[in-house]
Amino acid sequence: MSLALAAQVGHIGRRAVLRTARQPANVIFPFVFPMMLLAVTAAGLDSATEIPGFPSDSFLAFFLAFPFIQGALFATMNAGTDLARDIQSGFLNRLALTPMRGAALIAGQLAGIAAMGLIQAVFYLSVGLIVGVRLASGVGGAFVLLALATVIAIAFGSLGAFFALRTGSGEAVQGLFPLLFVSLFLSSMNLPRNLIEIDWFRFAATVNPVSYLIEGIRSLIITGWDGQALALAFGIAGLMFLSSVAAGAWALRMRLTRT
Amino acid sequence: MKNFWSVAFAVAWRVLHNVFTTPSLLFPSLIFPLFFFTAFAGGLSRVDNIPGFDFPLGYTAFQFVFVLLQSAAFGGVFTGFGVARDFEYGFARRLMVAAPRRSGIIAGYAIAALGRWVLTAAILTVVAVIAQMKVGGDGVDLFALYGLALIVNLAGTLWATGVAMRFRTMQAGPVMQMPVFLVLFFAPVYVPLDLLSGWLHAVASVNPSTVLLESGRSLLAGSPEHVALAYAVALGLAAGFVLWAVRGLRSAERAGG
Repeated sequence: MSLALAAQVGHIGRRAVLRTARQPANVIFPFVFPMMLLAVTAAGLDSATEIPGFPSDSFLAFFLAFPFIQGALFATMNAGTDLARDIQSGFLNRLALTPMRGAALIAGQLAGIAAMGLIQAVFYLSVGLIVGVRLASGVGGAFVLLALATVIAIAFGSLGAFFALRTGSGEAVQGLFPLLFVSLFLSSMNLPRNLIEIDWFRFAATVNPVSYLIEGIRSLIITGWDGQALALAFGIAGLMFLSSVAAGAWALRMRLTRT
Repeated sequence: MKNFWSVAFAVAWRVLHNVFTTPSLLFPSLIFPLFFFTAFAGGLSRVDNIPGFDFPLGYTAFQFVFVLLQSAAFGGVFTGFGVARDFEYGFARRLMVAAPRRSGIIAGYAIAALGRWVLTAAILTVVAVIAQMKVGGDGVDLFALYGLALIVNLAGTLWATGVAMRFRTMQAGPVMQMPVFLVLFFAPVYVPLDLLSGWLHAVASVNPSTVLLESGRSLLAGSPEHVALAYAVALGLAAGFVLWAVRGLRSAERAGG
């Protein structure tokens, strides 16, 4: 990457982080809401650890993977909505008149998402550790977990950026939220797949990529070092990232051509 | 009184027309309860194997009552979003100038919320029947269950309308939904109260929505318990929020709409 491109990425990334930080609702919700759901669900389903075959004696530890994914979903919506606002407000058009390269715009947005994703992940992990969760994978696992959470946030963020560039509408990006929310709920977030009793739900959770993202993070918390779970999680997040960035780059080219 | 009802029905018709002709307004309130029902009843069905889980109709019916009450409460909150939107776009100001009895505006939003929720409840019930939910109660029990949910819908609408009329901006959305979310979820959502432990058991024991949930579940099971208390709680909430909404209306009037 040339110095000029790196500087452009830095400017856009800084702007993305500052803009998020200046919108209290965009900061508070990704931090507070997943923690509230964690508290309520972990306390409410604590007795689920008595189900034969349940892989942990703490539902809190089992469910701690959930906030990382939900936080990434919030990052998707926030980043996508902000980018769509840039398009709607004409910022992107004005940017097109400058020497700024399209690659810098996408990379800068994703750098901002990566920074927010990492900050969120540190927060969730810290809360988990404070309330007594101990990582089965140890200190090294904590670093891998933060890296995985950041990659997942970037992957979802690039999906949000693609939708924003393709549609140019904040409302359309917001409309993506229910779809992502369904994918979260139809996953193994509440129970391991082998303990899901209803056949169609178990099938849906098995073919749902989000299950593997959750299971990758969860493996570091309650299992230890599970190469297969980690490979699947990193692989799926990487695939999501690459395909969304490629689609986003195409959508950006189309948008700049149109303008 | 005639003025009151003419305003109420006009507001209700407008809201219902807007909602039923705008998919982005209609679908979230229809889809989210189904998400929750599917995720909880489908994904957590094995929870009824936990020792001490004694609800006789199984986990689908156990979760149905929660989702029904949740859809009722959030149906009211979604209507509150519309009230805030009316203020933001300036429609509420014109409405308040035109309405001969402004309290009819609140009644209109409440009627509209009820209309929206009836559709949601009908779809949710059909999905539950398709999912082979067991029902132990007779017609009277089920009537009482849906009646209870209807009052919860009214209370949710009045709460959200009161917030919307005080803040008069869509940014008040979290203020409308967060307390409702907390009150609903700090209750025996996933397992009966006896199986909760720690802080959640302590909170759920004094949370008014616990008695609504447990009474609703007992009605569905055909062995009614604490129904009078549940109705008293629901009616008490609705009565309190009538005052809250009317005072919100006065606040909006003082602010000039």
